[in-house]
Amino acid sequence: MRKRHLFLILYLIVLFFPIYWMINTSLKTDNEILKELTFIPKDLTFKNYVEIFTSSLWRNSFLNSIFYVCLNVIISLIAAVPAAYAFSRWKFRGSHHLFFWLLTNRMAPAAVFMVPFTELYYTLHIYDTHLAVALAHCLFNIPLAIWILEGFMSGIPREIDETAFIDGYSFARFFNKVFFPLIAPGIGVAAFFCFTFSWIELILAKALTVTHAKPVVVTLTVGIGAEGVRWGLLAAAGVLTMVPGAIVVYFVRNYMAKGFALGRV
Amino acid sequence: MKNRGWLFLIPAIAILAISAFIPLMTVINYSLHYIFAGSDPTFVGFENYIEVLRDPAFLKALGRQLIFSTMILVVEIPLGIAIALAMPKRGIGATISLVLLGIPLLIPFNVVGIIARVLTHSSVGLIPGFFALFNYNFNVALDPLDAYMTIFILDVWHWTPLVALLCYAGRQAIPDAFYQAAQIDGASAWKTFRYVTLPKLRSVLIIGFLLRFMDSFKIYAEPLLLTGGGPGDATTFLSLHVARKAESYQLGYAGASSAIYLFIVIVFSYIFFQLMTNIGKGENQ
Repeated sequence: MRKRHLFLILYLIVLFFPIYWMINTSLKTDNEILKELTFIPKDLTFKNYVEIFTSSLWRNSFLNSIFYVCLNVIISLIAAVPAAYAFSRWKFRGSHHLFFWLLTNRMAPAAVFMVPFTELYYTLHIYDTHLAVALAHCLFNIPLAIWILEGFMSGIPREIDETAFIDGYSFARFFNKVFFPLIAPGIGVAAFFCFTFSWIELILAKALTVTHAKPVVVTLTVGIGAEGVRWGLLAAAGVLTMVPGAIVVYFVRNYMAKGFALGRV
Repeated sequence: MKNRGWLFLIPAIAILAISAFIPLMTVINYSLHYIFAGSDPTFVGFENYIEVLRDPAFLKALGRQLIFSTMILVVEIPLGIAIALAMPKRGIGATISLVLLGIPLLIPFNVVGIIARVLTHSSVGLIPGFFALFNYNFNVALDPLDAYMTIFILDVWHWTPLVALLCYAGRQAIPDAFYQAAQIDGASAWKTFRYVTLPKLRSVLIIGFLLRFMDSFKIYAEPLLLTGGGPGDATTFLSLHVARKAESYQLGYAGASSAIYLFIVIVFSYIFFQLMTNIGKGENQ
């Protein structure tokens, strides 16, 4: 028992070391970063953070990222919830193959889809908008959301649906009043994963935006500029990209603990 | 009645048509044409495919990719299971470890790349500093093995928590009664794991295994930011190789190589999917 906990604690320390190092770097001056190796900043500075918060470029790109990620989560869930319900409740013609086909979309190399996406979204007049990035990220998020939700829904006995219909519930009413509360943890988990994968994606977000919807992940790569890399600034921005994620994790923490247990096993 | 399932799939299919099917068809279309900026594309049949399959750079990138993905699966899956089993089942400890495991997953790929560059910086990085104690000159820009291992460890660091989270979810669903029964039968720890835990984790392991396989094939930003695929071509994985061709507007080549890429991933995933759904099916009943 003791050994197990020791292993876990050691692992978590290793897991957090790079994050600690990033925070450490973000609080140093550029001079100190390039001169010596220190585990705690010698002259602590918040200059890097101040620079990010006072620059409209950084502020806007953070807002852009948050906006299209939320849009993507909403679109993914709206598409995935009914699809997952269909897969979990009915074995219809072609359902098995369709399920695998949906999964294969996740395998598509985003790097290769850059050019076709750019061309298509130009034609649809949505290039360089939040919607473009949100839709493109559906490529890998809808399959994942369907996969997760299907597992959760299969764990809920079919008798619940049947009883509700016998009691005269309409489908819409059954879904809102009975089914939705039951799968809420599953939706929380699916939303968490959609948020994660959309938030960290770089290739498509970079290819589909110029200025209007430029996300923070792209602004970050620009920081690696010509006049030397500004490590302190990059590290500070990197730390800040973790903040929205940490907030999301905090909100879904109970779903993660309880909700996960409901999945199809 | 039976086929009303299709109605529920309309939203998903409609969105995937725009964000998956049309782009894929465009890529396949490129792959069958010779495309040169400024002139009309000419149909060349499978010539691009032949060119790709004869290109040593593509074959090397593919080989490197297959070795990399195998290493990822061999390390991340067992490690993820071990972490999940070490986590407390309930209480504050469980919540804390869940939240801590979730955070690395939310770090954008290029921030991971930046972390790696800060840590491996040749003059003031922590890792070269550590290796210098043993008189080993660790340099990702010069030594192919150092760069490869850095990318590998980076991926293990970033994505093992995903496997651990999935396995934890799977383990939570195993009723305690199973373990009590194993205890009464006097089963050893290993036997309990082998005959109770592992079979019950099968379906989450299928998800974890396939997700890690598919996503490790897509590795792109980390090698790009760390060394740009170098030194030489040591960390030029498949996605990076194909993306370079697309960026230099060799669309025929890029289209053909991505079609081959996708074909390989789908075939492997299908085999895994079938194998893993069938293995241990008997044990479970």
